[in-house]
Amino acid sequence: MQQDIKKLKIGGVEFSSRLFTGTGKFSSTEMMEQSILASGSELVTVALKRVDVRNHEQDDLLDKLRHPHIKLLPNTSGVRNAKEAIFAAQLAREALGTNLIKLEIHPDPKYLMPDPIETLQATEALAKLGFVVMPYIHADPVLCKRLEDAGTAAVMPLGSPIGSNKGLKTMDFLEIIIEQSNVPVIVDAGIGAPSDAAKAMEMGADAVLVNTAIAVSPDPIAMGEAFKLAVIAGRMAHEAKLAPQYSSAHASSPLTSFLYD
Amino acid sequence: MTEFKALFDTYSWEEVKQSIYAKTAADVERALSAGKRSLEDFKALISPAAEPYLERMAQMSHAISQKRFGKVIQLYVPLYLSNECNNICTYCGFSFDNKVRRKTLSEKEILREVAAIKEMGYDHVLLVTGEANHTVHVDYFKKALDLVMPHFSNVSMEVQPLDQDEYEALIPRGLHAVLVYQETYHREDYKIHHPKGKKSNFNYRLGTPDRLGRAGIHKMGLGVLIGLEDWRTDSFFTALHLSYLEKQYWKSKYSISFPRLRPFSGGLEPKVNMSDRELVQLICAYRIFNEEVELSLSTRESEVFRNNVLKLGITSMSAGSKTNPGGYAVEPQALEQFEIDDERSPAQIAQMIKAQGYEPVWKDWDVALS
Repeated sequence: MQQDIKKLKIGGVEFSSRLFTGTGKFSSTEMMEQSILASGSELVTVALKRVDVRNHEQDDLLDKLRHPHIKLLPNTSGVRNAKEAIFAAQLAREALGTNLIKLEIHPDPKYLMPDPIETLQATEALAKLGFVVMPYIHADPVLCKRLEDAGTAAVMPLGSPIGSNKGLKTMDFLEIIIEQSNVPVIVDAGIGAPSDAAKAMEMGADAVLVNTAIAVSPDPIAMGEAFKLAVIAGRMAHEAKLAPQYSSAHASSPLTSFLYD
Repeated sequence: MTEFKALFDTYSWEEVKQSIYAKTAADVERALSAGKRSLEDFKALISPAAEPYLERMAQMSHAISQKRFGKVIQLYVPLYLSNECNNICTYCGFSFDNKVRRKTLSEKEILREVAAIKEMGYDHVLLVTGEANHTVHVDYFKKALDLVMPHFSNVSMEVQPLDQDEYEALIPRGLHAVLVYQETYHREDYKIHHPKGKKSNFNYRLGTPDRLGRAGIHKMGLGVLIGLEDWRTDSFFTALHLSYLEKQYWKSKYSISFPRLRPFSGGLEPKVNMSDRELVQLICAYRIFNEEVELSLSTRESEVFRNNVLKLGITSMSAGSKTNPGGYAVEPQALEQFEIDDERSPAQIAQMIKAQGYEPVWKDWDVALS
């Protein structure tokens, strides 16, 4: 089914699935594995702080993600500035053997709001070090362009506060970002339902990242699959182009009829 | 320099207490349906008027906690380094006037305890001491941190309040979190419970979270000892303190504990008894009031209570705890700070957590991040 949609390329890697997933909040690592498999996701983000990168061969969480179609996307969750992020990214690359890094710099541990200044600095430095940088950011169109200049591989604007399941509260800004971007746009954070994911894909987002909505559902496996289908449907709709929307059926009193009198 | 004391001094204990007890069912309904909850809403949620709403509060607390923290419980264990103490605290087994043998772990002994704790599976540890500034001082803590850090991903401390520059010296060594409980925000009662020693200085203790915030600590823990005074009023002041700190030191994370006074040899009987129902009410009230704050539950509580309250908003738990220095390996029979209730092993607790559909998490930090 997934061959029906265009493949997505980030940093030289091709993905058939445009649904990226997370590994937090699951009731067990077994449940996490089953849900991720059901979602068809090929890029799965892992918080460095949650895994034992120094003995990664023995880490239970990483063990469950060893599937040929799954690539790891280590994230820097927990760091507060660019310096800490760069250090964490290097540790991840060394231990896990991947250039991919999801840059999460949130000095605010309450709402986990990304710091745009530190993120821009870290992106620039990490891109120079050869990383495929995927920064988690506010839905800020100007920041997205600045990140492009700094060498980012993608941008990951939030749909609403992380973990809130509130959907696409930033829709107007996401539309501008999608319109202007030369790098893939991945809507990260806040996607609470498959319909939110489908909507983001219809709008032209290149991918979405979903964690809480799957992990915290009473049936994470079914929800993983539901998101898979929604993302495919949304992408297919985007590629097929939506029929135009009309707010009213027909104007009752035409304004241009005088031209034809 | 902003200090919590300036805000605290604008409140009167008696007025706060009266306003909590005057809350009505309508106030509780409003608090439950509000988007962001205010301190007035919190008062309603901890008031007697909220008692009939306990099940609804528990359902909300459960759902909010899962959304924010997921189906996981963080596990940690205390490591008591010393029971030497120059303070007299009427409720504590380490009190200066309690005639017991005192012990401060040597470097060798710390490492033996560390090995025993690692054997149990722990990766997050909480270092605990009394307050004996001649022997257990900042230099001792520096040494202890240097010894302990290589073995754990996350190290916290619950020791005497320190100066800002002392915290600034410990944080770069890997210190992640500091817990400093005010015990009670009732100024006069505080004096009665802490008649002697450095701890008798109410204001210095009250200013500790400010000093920690300025020093840039990752996380700090607040709380009161439940049983000393009216728990509702004390909890309001804890919430007030939390709200102030969150705005002031927005880069720090916060956790709340609600230790109920436990018996120890020759100790004080609680002035105020808090029932299980009331503790559940308090836990849910904190969660509904503040969706992001961590809530921690120790082995002071019983097996049955801990099993059942796990889903109601708790984010971290200790297990297999010993509250005496050397308790894990060096000298298992020495005097405890307080009697623990839930004596199950960490493995048993982890099993219980799994059986409830939650993942026990041993590691949620990495020294590389700080």
